Amino acid sequence: MGHGSGGKLTARLVEELILPAFRNRFLEPLDDQALLPVGGGRVAFTTDSYVVTPLFFPGGDIGELAVNGTVNDLAVGGARPLFLSLAFILEEGLPLAELERVIASVRRAAEAADVLVVTGDTKVVNRGKGDKLFVNTAGIGVPLPGASLSSRRVAPGDAVLLSGPIGDHGVAILSQREGIAFGGDVRSDTAPLHRLIAAVLEAFPDVHAMRDPTRGGVAATLVEIASRARVGVEVDERAIPVRDAVRGACELLGLDPLLVANEGKVVAFVPEEGAARALDAMRSDPLGREAARIGTVTGEHRGMVTLRTPIGGRRILDLPFGEALPRIC
Amino acid sequence: MRRGIRVRGAVQGVGFRPTVFRLARDAGLAGLVRNDDDGVWIEVEGAPEALEAFPGLLRARAPPLCRIDAVEVAPLAPLGEAGFRVAASATGLAARAAIPSDAATCDECLRELGDPGDRRHRYPFVNCTDCGPRYTIVRDVPYDRARTTMDRFALCPACRAEYEDPGSRRFHAEPNACPACGPRLELRAPGRPAATGDAAVSAAVAVLRGGGVVAVKGLGGYLLATDARDEAAVARLRVAKRRPHRPFAIMARDLAEARAVAEVDEAGAALLASRARPIVLLPARLGAGVAPSVAPGLPELGLMLPPTPLHHLLLADGPRLLVMTSGNVSEEPIARSDAEALERLAPLADAVLLHDREIHARADDSVVRVVDGRPLILRRARGFVPEPVPLLDAAPPLLAVGAELKATVCLARGGEAVLSPHLGDLSNVETHRFFAEVIERLPRLLGVRPEAVAHDLHPDYASTRWALASGLPRVPVQHHHAHVAACLAEHGRGGPVLGIAFDGTGCGPAGDLWGGEVLAVDLRGFRRLAWLRPIALAGGEAAIRAPWRLACAALLDAGEPLDLLARIPPPRLAAVCDLLARGVASPRATGAGRWFDAVAALCAVRDEISYEGQAAVELEGVAAPGEAAPYPFALAPGRAGTEVDLRPMVRALAAELRGGAGAASASARFHETLARAVGAACGRAREETRLGTVALSGGCFQNRRLSERCAALLAGAGFEVLRHGKVPPNDGGIALGQAAIAAHRLARGGGAAHVPRDPR
Ligand SMILES: [Fe+3]
Ligand SMILES: [Mg+2]
Ligand SMILES: [Zn+2]
Ligand SMILES: [Zn+2]
Repeated sequence: MGHGSGGKLTARLVEELILPAFRNRFLEPLDDQALLPVGGGRVAFTTDSYVVTPLFFPGGDIGELAVNGTVNDLAVGGARPLFLSLAFILEEGLPLAELERVIASVRRAAEAADVLVVTGDTKVVNRGKGDKLFVNTAGIGVPLPGASLSSRRVAPGDAVLLSGPIGDHGVAILSQREGIAFGGDVRSDTAPLHRLIAAVLEAFPDVHAMRDPTRGGVAATLVEIASRARVGVEVDERAIPVRDAVRGACELLGLDPLLVANEGKVVAFVPEEGAARALDAMRSDPLGREAARIGTVTGEHRGMVTLRTPIGGRRILDLPFGEALPRIC
Repeated sequence: MRRGIRVRGAVQGVGFRPTVFRLARDAGLAGLVRNDDDGVWIEVEGAPEALEAFPGLLRARAPPLCRIDAVEVAPLAPLGEAGFRVAASATGLAARAAIPSDAATCDECLRELGDPGDRRHRYPFVNCTDCGPRYTIVRDVPYDRARTTMDRFALCPACRAEYEDPGSRRFHAEPNACPACGPRLELRAPGRPAATGDAAVSAAVAVLRGGGVVAVKGLGGYLLATDARDEAAVARLRVAKRRPHRPFAIMARDLAEARAVAEVDEAGAALLASRARPIVLLPARLGAGVAPSVAPGLPELGLMLPPTPLHHLLLADGPRLLVMTSGNVSEEPIARSDAEALERLAPLADAVLLHDREIHARADDSVVRVVDGRPLILRRARGFVPEPVPLLDAAPPLLAVGAELKATVCLARGGEAVLSPHLGDLSNVETHRFFAEVIERLPRLLGVRPEAVAHDLHPDYASTRWALASGLPRVPVQHHHAHVAACLAEHGRGGPVLGIAFDGTGCGPAGDLWGGEVLAVDLRGFRRLAWLRPIALAGGEAAIRAPWRLACAALLDAGEPLDLLARIPPPRLAAVCDLLARGVASPRATGAGRWFDAVAALCAVRDEISYEGQAAVELEGVAAPGEAAPYPFALAPGRAGTEVDLRPMVRALAAELRGGAGAASASARFHETLARAVGAACGRAREETRLGTVALSGGCFQNRRLSERCAALLAGAGFEVLRHGKVPPNDGGIALGQAAIAAHRLARGGGAAHVPRDPR
């Protein structure tokens, strides 16, 4: 149906069906996490479900993804992740060994990210009513002092920084799922980003917004920011880091790397005066060695993401409505 | 006796009133003529015979740019008036009178341009009511000088006298100008003092003679000019424009010069010299000295004659043959403003030749081809817009937003449709801005506000997205239905007919990819009767950019080995085979254009393209002239319709190529196969539907050979054949088709619902 591909359809589902039902000031910003006043302090709260197929793929598995994804959703809100919940929905017939592998992976990932799994749930559904294993995690964290991150703060003049090469996760999944070798070792980039993000915020606290470009890729992140903040985002295609193997795979599949999912990258919108410091901080973290400045926020073409192509034209970057169909007639 | 005469059509700003004045005076009639919101209103009084003859005279003696749609006569009470006068326009008008299109310099103005005794000798902006800029300089309606970009130039006494003299051919020539009061030229080049006036022309000529590139401000935008015989200059321009293969148009000094480099038949000559001054595709003469980089690998040249006095001057003094290509980097629309041109074109040009008459609306050069002796517009822009197309249905004002590539929009109101100029690829930022400009401008020029919007089914076309965001009631129209409807609209028909829609890839009703369709069509709906066997596009759009992938898919589908693709690096070939075998990222498409791509790669004509349609254009180009035998194919009827199975063709073609046959014969035979397949599919469809008329549409019918062979075979089988002429068969015509369908649905109260129906 295409509602899940992170395209326009998903965005419409959220904005037309879900948001109106629950409208409140904590939900309204539609950031990846909510900042809540609790007992005189503030906590960051988020949840995410993981339905990836296959469960195991080069560079990671669904368990690791479920930890890192939620950790990252807290981190891009400027929070330090502390506690996770963990829920499994198992399809009858899932080999126990596979569940054991996933649990071990969750444990390792939680340790590596320095978070505790503190509550959970397990349900079993009949054969055919699920796709082997679904995982849901929710996370709680505390806001880092001084950080104030929100898509609404993004403003013309901000630099757009990207923490590293894109597309690895999506291509790794595709390669595993479809059994296609892409003539290079492509592994998921799944990783917890909270340390890198903390380092950036320490170097320059007034970062306007951060996002982890997961489903729908960097394109979805930029399009969302452009429309939420009513700004133009201008990106230089040549500045976007993409590994050769990923580029090759995308070329073969006709995919735009900008639309391919990542699980260990962050996009930051930083006022010009802090751009250099923030980029240096990214690059000094092991996960951000190949960080790059990929563009600038502008007051032109508001609501639109534009891409300067290698041949000098400027094209509009938008998300496919559902599955991408050729536009060339 | 007194008569009132209402004249409708493109009758304002074309010298119609002075003509009426002269005709009335010569016939001894009294009365008046004036412009109003419906066109021109005339009252004549006098002898009955003279009155009787007058309407006929109007039609017979109408000035060249005038287009009379209707002359209605009504009796009036006599006033006993003496003398004939031109009355003031009735102002504050809705704009039902058409804005004329831009027209090439007329013979009389050309004579003045070259006459040392004339006050407009060598004046690059000489014009009159028979010629000059119109659509591109009009800001608003009604059309008069105050609402054009000429408003900043105050007429000098001499020009004003002409402008006010009903006996002058410059009577109310809104862009009237002379060296004393009109626009001025200026040449800017790094390292040269700025030159103005005639010195600017000489300086530009010097740059051109030296093999340089000059950006020239034309009617509808900036063009880049360089000596078309200078291979180094042309090659340098290609690199600068980042346009490796797509052919450049060339402008020839005169018809004789055009004949020297191309075979110009009668129809071609008429088109070259026509007032629209389009680029005309004509067979190139080998060894005539045109630089090979102008149209690499193609047997045709895109030629045009100078459309403005400025171009006449440049070609008279400079090289006799200039490349004239739109001023832009590859992919962007033509540059319009001086600031934009100086910024965007400075890196591409050695000099910029500009002037202070602003271009209000951009319009590219139009492109025309001669098919079966008749003109076929491939790109409709300068010289043709905003000429309306009559529609069968008078619906409330509506906007049709077209497709994505070769985008145009169309505004329909009161039974006619006005198509915008060619815009380009809407995924380009600048083109999108152009799209927004036109959507804002067309309704203003026509004095209406659209009440509905018609759009394609493709969810990712920028035009569809615009429609969704517009808040207007929407009429979604299937792509190929729109193609065929555009052809019907041109012919003033409503169907039902059989429609052949052959293009690349368009969205079918269920999100499938169509483009090789035989449909039963009327303006309400369509039914799919037959289609070409689909080919899998390994990598979707990537396969369209790399036709060898389609060749690979066609061979595998036909159970053939891949030896014909031995030149493709084995890992790449293996990877694509892998995708195809697993059905990953490989949507299937019935597009005839994809079959052209596949065959072009099978014949080793083109493996990867640098512009849209390149493989098909080159495949047509290599085809051996004369008759060719078709390859075998089969009709495979099924419950949903008939599939034209082209696998037998692939097998035969592969065998022939392995046997050493060349691309020339393979291409000719492929064209013949498609034409026969169309004929066979139509024959079968006629049995089923009893429809005896076939409309040919879709981008593939830009292909002369395909169009001519299909038409000949169909006519031979007793079909009436409708083809495009005034509107492109490619996606540039989609907006018109959408408008025709939407107007029909809205006029007939069908609402915005899309209800395909059986036309029987
Ligand atoms: Fe089309
Ligand atoms: Mg998330
Ligand atoms: Zn003239
Ligand atoms: Zn003057």
